[in-house]
Amino acid sequence: MEKTKDEFVDTSAIVHPIECEAPNDQLAKETLISNLKYLITGIVFGIVFVKAEIISWYRIQEMFRLHSFYMYGVIGTAVMVGMISVWIIKRFRIKTMQGEQVAFHGKQFHWGNVIGGTIFGLGWAITGACPGPLFAQIGSGFLVVLVTLLSAVAGTWVYGLLQSKLPH
Amino acid sequence: MLELIRQPWPWYVAGTIIGLTVPALLLLGNKHLGISSSLRHLCAACLPANITFFKYDWKKEIWNLFFVAGVLLGGVIASQFLSNPEGIVISENTIRDLQALNIEVDNNLMPASIFSFENLFTLRGLVFFVIGGFLVGFGTRYAGGCTSGHTIMGISNLQWPSIVASVFFMLGGYLMTHAIFPWLISL
Repeated sequence: MEKTKDEFVDTSAIVHPIECEAPNDQLAKETLISNLKYLITGIVFGIVFVKAEIISWYRIQEMFRLHSFYMYGVIGTAVMVGMISVWIIKRFRIKTMQGEQVAFHGKQFHWGNVIGGTIFGLGWAITGACPGPLFAQIGSGFLVVLVTLLSAVAGTWVYGLLQSKLPH
Repeated sequence: MLELIRQPWPWYVAGTIIGLTVPALLLLGNKHLGISSSLRHLCAACLPANITFFKYDWKKEIWNLFFVAGVLLGGVIASQFLSNPEGIVISENTIRDLQALNIEVDNNLMPASIFSFENLFTLRGLVFFVIGGFLVGFGTRYAGGCTSGHTIMGISNLQWPSIVASVFFMLGGYLMTHAIFPWLISL
């Protein structure tokens, strides 16, 4: 890591939505067809969610009751693999398929991490789903979860409405 | 081979594939894993209502909507073609705890006694679908991400605020499961 990190955060040419947390940093435009690769990545993600039973309400109960190592194993492995991958990309300056520099962003701490984090945790233990599994639950045929998803969209909307009044 | 796929996958296999989503998205097109952002894009696309938080070019972020559509399709594929005929096996202790709370334990991925349309207009439905969903949507955006954006992507990129957020995700979950849930389910 002899060079500075700055090389990886050259995203000046990109205009993001304010604080978009999962940004698209690609300079090249995406077309309908090029977006299909994210659909396919999502399909793989969704299949794993179902096959590892991560979308199961019971698994989440098990996790929060500390009755099984399973979910901790899944999340722990995912974080380790992600961490090693990010390190490799930075270390060897691996470029994207379009030959662009991979952009990384620092996250600023704000009190939402604590308050919002707790609120999400409360909801997670009720619904048995974080946002990803919500989509996979619907796909697995639990159509009533569409209501949960709509309610989650409403929650996001209300956050947007109240953002300036909430402590951050 | 198909037999092997049909069985529930071990945690290290699932964790590895989920972890590999991080470099996959980065290298496919400089995209950062984060699922709850899709909810924000849906707001921006459907009902921005002149709220600053939703005034941005959501079309630039449309990859995220393709991604979650894929997650939904993945759910369809896995449950239609790759599902485990045995049904889910959960810990005896959890079964005992849930039965003590008068929750019927079946071998589906979700308990039918809760997640069915019959419960939609009941108090239980209000708690599990409406309030639960609202907390997930509101909380993740307030926290700046969910399990994917903070716990997986954020920690992979060594961001300490993501560690803080992840710790509070878990604390909120423990609090609900052990302190509030027994009361909620008795309503």
